[in-house]
Amino acid sequence: MNQIVEKVLFSEKVAKFVVDAPRIAKSRKPGHFVILRVDEKGERIPLTIAGADPVKGTIVLVVQKMGVSSAKLFELEVGDYILDLVGPLGKATHIHQAGTVLACGGGVGVAPMLPIVEGFKKAGNRVISIIAARNKDLIILEDEIRKWSDETIVMTDDGSYGTKGLVTAGAEMIIQREKVNECIAIGPAVMMKFTSLLTKKYEIPTQASLNAIMVDGTGMCGACRVSVGGNTYFTCIDGPEFDAHQIDFDELIMRLGGYSNEEKLAYERYV
Amino acid sequence: TAKERVRMPEMDPQERIKYQDREVNIGLSADQAQKEASRCLDCPNPTCIEGCPVSINIPKFVKYIEAGKFLDAAKTLKETSALPAVCGRVCPQEKQCEASCFYTQKMKKDPVAIGHLERFAADYERESGFMSIPEVAPANGIKIAAIGSGPASLSFAGDMIKLGYDVTVFEALHEIGGVLKYGIPEFRLPNKIVDVELDNLQKMGVKFVRNFIVGKTASFDDLKEEGFEAFFVASGAGLPRFMNIPGENYNGILSSNEYLTRVNLMNAAKDEFDTPVIKGKTVAVIGGGNTAMDSVRTAKRLGAERAIIVYRRSRAEMPARVEEVHHAEEEGIEFINLANPIEYFADEKGKVNRMRVQRMGLGEPDASGRRRPIVLEGSEYDIPVDLVVVAVGVSPNPLIPSEVKELKVSKWGTIEVTEETMQSSIPEMFAGGDIVRGGATVILAMGDGRKAAANMDEYLQKKHKAN
Ligand SMILES: Cc1cc2nc3c(=O)[nH]c(=O)nc-3n(C[C@H](O)[C@H](O)[C@H](O)COP(=O)(O)OP(=O)(O)OC[C@H]3O[C@@H](n4cnc5c(N)ncnc54)[C@H](O)[C@@H]3O)c2cc1C
Ligand SMILES: Cc1cc2nc3c(=O)[nH]c(=O)nc-3n(C[C@H](O)[C@H](O)[C@H](O)COP(=O)(O)OP(=O)(O)OC[C@H]3O[C@@H](n4cnc5c(N)ncnc54)[C@H](O)[C@@H]3O)c2cc1C
Ligand code: SF4
Ligand code: SF4
Ligand code: FES
Repeated sequence: MNQIVEKVLFSEKVAKFVVDAPRIAKSRKPGHFVILRVDEKGERIPLTIAGADPVKGTIVLVVQKMGVSSAKLFELEVGDYILDLVGPLGKATHIHQAGTVLACGGGVGVAPMLPIVEGFKKAGNRVISIIAARNKDLIILEDEIRKWSDETIVMTDDGSYGTKGLVTAGAEMIIQREKVNECIAIGPAVMMKFTSLLTKKYEIPTQASLNAIMVDGTGMCGACRVSVGGNTYFTCIDGPEFDAHQIDFDELIMRLGGYSNEEKLAYERYV
Repeated sequence: TAKERVRMPEMDPQERIKYQDREVNIGLSADQAQKEASRCLDCPNPTCIEGCPVSINIPKFVKYIEAGKFLDAAKTLKETSALPAVCGRVCPQEKQCEASCFYTQKMKKDPVAIGHLERFAADYERESGFMSIPEVAPANGIKIAAIGSGPASLSFAGDMIKLGYDVTVFEALHEIGGVLKYGIPEFRLPNKIVDVELDNLQKMGVKFVRNFIVGKTASFDDLKEEGFEAFFVASGAGLPRFMNIPGENYNGILSSNEYLTRVNLMNAAKDEFDTPVIKGKTVAVIGGGNTAMDSVRTAKRLGAERAIIVYRRSRAEMPARVEEVHHAEEEGIEFINLANPIEYFADEKGKVNRMRVQRMGLGEPDASGRRRPIVLEGSEYDIPVDLVVVAVGVSPNPLIPSEVKELKVSKWGTIEVTEETMQSSIPEMFAGGDIVRGGATVILAMGDGRKAAANMDEYLQKKHKAN
C-alpha cells in the first residue's frame, strides 16, 4: 500500500501524483518505471517514474486518462492508497557525455522525459528540448523542462500555444541549425516513429522509450514483446528504451491495439 | 485376488467445463481411501519411497489411513513435505512414487494410488479443524531472506522458521505462491488450498513482503546492510520461450504465462475485473506439457468451440501428467500430434486468423530418450484460429543473475549450485527450484528448499560459532 501525498491537475486529463515509496525513491534511476494496481479488481499498469525525492521517500508519477485503469487512478485523492506498486522496473537510461542532445517529448511522454533531460544536463551535455502536444492544455511540465534545458521549444498541433506544428518540424529545424549528437524520443508511438524516421535521415543515434502493453513487468509473460533489429525483445526487461532506428514501430502500433475491443467494453462498463 | 485400484470421483466433464474455478477431482471418501490403503502391501523394502523426491514414508502414512488414523497420516506426510495437499494434486505420480510401487514394478498391476491418498489425508486434516502447526524453536535472531514465493521458497521458509530463524520471503508479484497461484489453474489446484498453507507459515512467524523485486527494489547489498545474513534464491523459470517463426508477434498470439496469468492472477475472465483476456472461438495451444494442458482446458472453459493441442511429438512423448491428458480428452480437447506451427497469418488489423502447420514423423531417440521429431517436407496445411497460446517451455528468470554479476550461472542461465548443499558461488547465497533446474516440478522445487534450509543452517551455525 502506497499513499498519495500530493496531487496536481495539469489538465482535465493529465495529473501528477506524488506517492510515498521510500525504497523506490532511493533505488530508481532515469528511465525506470513502476507497475501499479489501484484496487483489488484493477489491472497492472506501467507508469514511468517522472521524479523522486529520496529524502522524503516519494516518487512522482504523471498519468493521462486513457481507459479504465488510468481513470481509476486519476480519481484518487491525497491521503488515498494505491493497493500495489512495484519497481523500479526496466533498464535505466544510458546517460553519458554525448555533446548536444535533442530531447523530443510528445503529450504525457514529457513526464518520463524530464528525469532523462535532467540526467543529460547534469552529465554536462548541451540539451535542447522540444515539448509537443495537440493543444495548449496538454502541454505539461514546461517550467521543469526549461530548468534543465539550454533551450526549450514548445509546439502544438493547433497552434494554440508555442509554435504551430508537429514535433518533427521543430526537430528538423534544430538539426539543420546545429550539430546534434544524440536524440531521445518519448511519446505516442506514431510520434516516435516519425521522429525516428527523421533522425535516421540525418544519421543521429536515437533512443525511443516504448509503451508496450504489459502485465507483470518482470519478463514473465511476453505481452510486451517488440521487434528491434529483427529480433524479439521484452520491453519490460530489455527496455523500455531501444535504438529507435531498429524498432519496428508499425508492429508496436499494431500490438498496442491488441486488446482494444476488450478495453472498449471495459470502459463502457466502467462509465 | 488383488483388489482393483480405487477411481477418483470427478465432476462430469460437460458440467465442469462451464467453470474455471471448480476442481475436477472431487477427492476420495474416507471409505474409498481406507479401501485403497488396504491394497498397500507394506513392503519390507518399500521401493515407492525411492520414487519420491522428498522421501515421504509412504507405507507408514498409507497404513495410518487404512487404520482410520487420518490425522496421524497427515502428520507423517508433514515430516518430510511442506505442502502435501498440493503435491497430492500436482505431482507426476505416475513417473515418481507410483512408478516405483511394487504393484507397478513386480506385479504389472495398477499401483497404489499414493497421490490420491496423500491428497485425502492432507484435505482431511485441513477440513477437520485440527491442523497441526509445527513447533517452532526459540528465535535465534538470525535474519535470512527467501527470494520468490513459489514452492521452493515456501518449503525452505517452513524449515527455517522451525529452526528459529527470522525469515522474510520477498515476492515480485502482488500475490504469494509463484506458479501455484499465477500458473496452475483453480480447476486443478484451488487457491484456497495454497492460502491455508501460507496462513500456517505466517502463523509460524514467516514474514511475506509482496511487490518487492530483490535486485531492483533493493539490492542484495542493501539487504545485507539491513541485517540479512543469507539468501535463498528461488526466483523460478518465469521467462517464456517463443518459437521465432514468422507472424508470431501478431495480436492474439501469446505465451501460456501471459494467458494463465491474466486468467488466474488477474481474474481476467470475470467481468468485474479490469484486466482483459481474448476469448477465442478456435484456440490452438502449442506444446504438450502441463502448461499446455492447463492453457487448452482454460480456453475450453472460457468458451472456445474448438480447443486444440498442437504438439510436435506423439501422444506417448507428452510430458504432461497422464491424468491431465486424460481429463483434457474427456473435456473434448482436440489433439493434433506430430505437427508443428511454422507461420501465422493475420487480418488487416494484425489479429491472427490462420496458422500453418507442418507434419512431423518420429526418428531415432534423442538425448532425452524420446524419439526425435523430424520434418515431413511438403506436408504443410493451414488451420483457422483466432487465439494461439504458445507453451513450448520457459527459461530461467534472468533478473537476479543480471543484477549479481559475481553469481555463477550456466550457459542456460540457471544458477550453479553444489548439488549436495544448494550453495551457489557466493557462500551466503543458496538457490533451488526452477532457477537451478530450469522448468521442473513442484516436488523437486520443495526438495531443493528443504536441502538448502538444512545446509544454510549448518553454514550459519558454523559462522556464528566461529565469531
Ligand atoms: C514503460 C511504460 C511507461 C509508461 N509511462 C506512462 C506514464 O508515465 N504516464 C502515462 O500516462 N502513461 C504511461 N504509460 C502508458 C500507460 O501504462 C497506459 O496508458 C495505461 O496502461 C492505459 O490503461 P487504461 O486502462 O487506462 O487504458 P486502456 O483503455 O486499457 O487502454 C488505452 C491504451 O493504453 C494501452 N494499454 C492498455 N493496457 C496497458 C498495459 N497494461 N500496459 C501498457 N499499456 C497499456 C493500450 O495501447 C491502449 O490502446 C506507460 C507505458 C509503459 C509500457
Ligand atoms: C502452468 C503450469 C503448470 C504446472 N503444472 C505442474 C504440475 O502439475 N506438477 C508439477 O509438479 N509441476 C508443475 N509445474 C511446474 C512447477 O509449477 C514449477 O516447477 C515450480 O513452481 C517451481 O517452483 P519455484 O519455487 O522454483 O518457482 P516459482 O513457482 O516459479 O516461483 C518463483 C517466484 O519468484 C518470483 N520472483 C522472481 N524473481 C524475483 C525477485 N528478483 N524478487 C522477488 N521475487 C522474484 C516470481 O514472481 C515467482 O512468483 C507447472 C508450471 C506451470 C507454469
Ligand atoms: S510428494 Fe509426490 S512423489 Fe512424493 S509421495 Fe507424494 S505424490 Fe508421490
Ligand atoms: S511399494 Fe507400493 S505396495 Fe509397497 S509399500 Fe510402497 S505403496 Fe505399498
Ligand atoms: S510485461 Fe510481462 S514480460 Fe514484459
